[in-house]
Amino acid sequence: MLGYRQLPKTTGNEAGRPMTHNEMRPLLSVRHLTKRFGKGCSFCRQPENLPPLNNRCPRCGTVWACNDLSFDLYEGEILGIVGESGSGKSSLVQCLYFDTSVTGGTATLSNYQDGETNIFLESPQQKRYIRNHLMGMVYQNPWTGLKMNFSSGGNIAEKLIAAGHFNVHHIQKRAADLLDHVEIPLSRMNEAPRNFSGGMQQRVQISKALANRPPILLLDEVTTGLDLSVQARVLDLIRRIQHESRTAMIVVSHDLGVIRMLCDRTMVMKQGRCIEAGLTDQILEDPHHAYTQLLVHSLL
Amino acid sequence: MQAKLKQTYNYAFLDEGSKKEIRRATLKAVAIPGYQVPFASREMPIGRGWGTGGLQLTLSLIGDHDCLKVIDQGNDDSVNAISIKKLVQSCTQVKITTDSERATLIQTRHRIPEVPIRADQILVFQVPLPEPLRMVEAKERKTKQLHAEMDYSGIWLRLYEDIVKWGKVSIGADYPALAHKRYIFAPSPIPRYDLPKLHQADGLFLFGAGREKKIYAIPPHTDVEPLAFEDYPFEVEHFDGCSCRRCGSTDTFLDELYDETSGEKFYQCSDTGNCQKRQEMRQADL
Amino acid sequence: MGYVAVTGGQKAIEAADQLNLWYRLKDTEHSLETTDIEKQLRHLVDRVMSESGLYAPNYAALAIKQAEGDLCEAAFLMRAYRSTLERTYESLTIDPGRMRVIRRISSAFKDIPGGQILGPTMDYTHRLLNFSLNHENSAEMMNILREKVPDLKLSQPPVFQKVAKLLREQGLLFPPKSSGTLFDITRDKLSFPAPRSAKLQILARGETGAMTALAYSNMRSHIANHPTIGELRVGYAEVTIAYPLDASESICLGEIMITEVETINAFERDEQGEVKLRLGYGLTFGQNETKAIAMAILEQSLETEGPSPTQDEEFVLLHVDSIEANGFVSHLKLPHYITFQSKLDVLRQTQKIATATADKKRQINAQKEGQNDAGKAETNI
Repeated sequence: MLGYRQLPKTTGNEAGRPMTHNEMRPLLSVRHLTKRFGKGCSFCRQPENLPPLNNRCPRCGTVWACNDLSFDLYEGEILGIVGESGSGKSSLVQCLYFDTSVTGGTATLSNYQDGETNIFLESPQQKRYIRNHLMGMVYQNPWTGLKMNFSSGGNIAEKLIAAGHFNVHHIQKRAADLLDHVEIPLSRMNEAPRNFSGGMQQRVQISKALANRPPILLLDEVTTGLDLSVQARVLDLIRRIQHESRTAMIVVSHDLGVIRMLCDRTMVMKQGRCIEAGLTDQILEDPHHAYTQLLVHSLL
Repeated sequence: MQAKLKQTYNYAFLDEGSKKEIRRATLKAVAIPGYQVPFASREMPIGRGWGTGGLQLTLSLIGDHDCLKVIDQGNDDSVNAISIKKLVQSCTQVKITTDSERATLIQTRHRIPEVPIRADQILVFQVPLPEPLRMVEAKERKTKQLHAEMDYSGIWLRLYEDIVKWGKVSIGADYPALAHKRYIFAPSPIPRYDLPKLHQADGLFLFGAGREKKIYAIPPHTDVEPLAFEDYPFEVEHFDGCSCRRCGSTDTFLDELYDETSGEKFYQCSDTGNCQKRQEMRQADL
Repeated sequence: MGYVAVTGGQKAIEAADQLNLWYRLKDTEHSLETTDIEKQLRHLVDRVMSESGLYAPNYAALAIKQAEGDLCEAAFLMRAYRSTLERTYESLTIDPGRMRVIRRISSAFKDIPGGQILGPTMDYTHRLLNFSLNHENSAEMMNILREKVPDLKLSQPPVFQKVAKLLREQGLLFPPKSSGTLFDITRDKLSFPAPRSAKLQILARGETGAMTALAYSNMRSHIANHPTIGELRVGYAEVTIAYPLDASESICLGEIMITEVETINAFERDEQGEVKLRLGYGLTFGQNETKAIAMAILEQSLETEGPSPTQDEEFVLLHVDSIEANGFVSHLKLPHYITFQSKLDVLRQTQKIATATADKKRQINAQKEGQNDAGKAETNI
């Protein structure tokens, strides 16, 4: 049975520091998140009817991209989501960032209306507030996350403006700090990112996502397609950000190497379902599921 | 021609049903300051883009008790203003004036008269492009949604990029403003000089876009704030040290002209009706 | 300044009116007869009626005369007149399947039941200037023609089954999309997504050139769509209204000439998994064949999704109207000196800022250099 298994949460001991009260309560709680493409039918609406390791309904052709996913994200931790393409991991973060609507399920944020409200049901305005203040997103393709014809500073400014900042001087200062932080030379702040290399574009995207100091950062295959040396630099940056700001992150990747380097805990996805979850080290050392074993072996 | 129009067409050209519909849209526009109300714009006997929106508003409101002033660029004698007046006169019996203080209804293109509009007056603007967000978003469906969600970071970003590139906002006329802290609206291509006149005014301002089929309004005593960053305040056009060659005024919007023989630059009031009155007053004083 | 004064602007407009008359009549001995326009410039009249959305050949001829042959101006005159007309009745749906056909072709089949009828068309004439038209004797020509052209009204009116009906009976076509309630683009406010009836109305009175260009782009580059003309028919259709006292009865008001085109496009799979062909539909007043084909292409293109401009309903529907496009482009002739003054002011301010910034940079650089020089001097010592 491939049902949901509660992720063990990172404890203070594992992280080498004592647990605080805040860490007891998850920052983000997702329960039974479901996303389907297609109308669905009476057959496939019973998830157990779907054939094992297949998310396409044999009767109506509906694809169940995310099927009954539940997990928690705690302050300051990095949660990895690994799986092959089509496993539903990108759909999952797109749902969380409201880029696409969910079919069912709930998500609550402890710092939004006291964790009482299912954010999926909020109004577009409220969702925009959450996107601008409580979450940041870095897409695989920088063209999705950046306005390529606007300056790099302008890209960050957009986020700051959306959060109610209307002082050009302050905006420019904050943008300069952010770009400096991701090692973009200030001399290029007024240049459009379309002139930048892939790695630089990705770093601009990260700085944009961080503009309003969101407590949660979603990263979707951010190093895919980059050269190895460039990849290492971006991964390094992500680790640095996490250490400095204790931003909680969800890192989506098909690359177990990336997951191993960044993530405290990991969820393995296949065909829209979570097939295994636990501490990253544990999963790497002792994978239970045959598919995870395959992944881990291919890494070695 | 004029006599024939009176026989063939309804009073004020439009049929009463159309007038009613336009007035209904206008009422809605007044109730929601700055919100663009779509309406089934009629084809008018003047060019689309030549003031058909303003004209429909004027014709839907006008009655024989009215006194009408029409200006284009502030000028009562502009051929386009004359043409519109001629059309209104050919299908009504309204009085025409160039004195903005005597008018009950003023239709304008690109200017607001210098003398403030009173509570018993209506100023009708001809609007070419009613959508202020069009410069950042081409699709009507999308801009409608942006307004609904008050998602205005796109247009603000456009201003920010201007400042980065030019050191100031590069928008000349038709400067976007926020109506009563809710909707960003296009004030029609009036100069920035005129924009503050819309803020907390006594009169009613109606905006008609015929080709784009939209009506919107700034009712009396509405807040109108030009979009501006805290450290880059909104600025009107500069006429430092310039004065009108005709009436001598230094506190009006001036047209820049060049002397035919000497080639020298000189200035003249854009509001010709007001300039005329000032000249007459000056002569009376002498 | 009183309101009775005649002003310069007023005089100028009056002079312009007179000059128009002067230039129209100064080099000719007689004024053009509107009946000649109506009867001998058929395609011009058809185009004006189609783009104005008013079927009135005699008024169209008058508009063409008044506009001195400017098509957009003529369509505009008609449109402005039409806009004030009362809506007395709504006609019953016209059935082009029952029209009195004068021309009918199908490129989908070699032959169709009832046969292909070439009818009046210039498609196969050689485009050679016919200089004999300079001195045409119409009476003589009519005598020859009377013997050759059969009187259609005397013979059995040729009513043909539509090709689409044949295909539909074989289950090869999707059923036509129903419009639901009828939208009236001249009376209702349009918003997007537009209902199908609004799309068809806008296209039916779209500007021929604009529509042809867009349809051409659709065929040539963006989707390289190459539909087949299932049927193009030109003829006279009856316009009827319901009899006011008994809705089951109808009253015929007369005939109008229309062109109808049905194009056959790529086949598609519907939600039930059935594979069928999609039809594109075009209908115009008068004989306007290229426009009707363009309409069918655009109508069908708007039913699909993709990156082509012709799949973007706002792009197509908001830009094909002759009156709107012409009005806005030509309004640039109006004075714009206030907006220009405002722009000039921004430019001058920007120049000032640029000069100030450059000066500041120069100063800083000079200071730096001065410091460097001083440093050098010190080390030299």
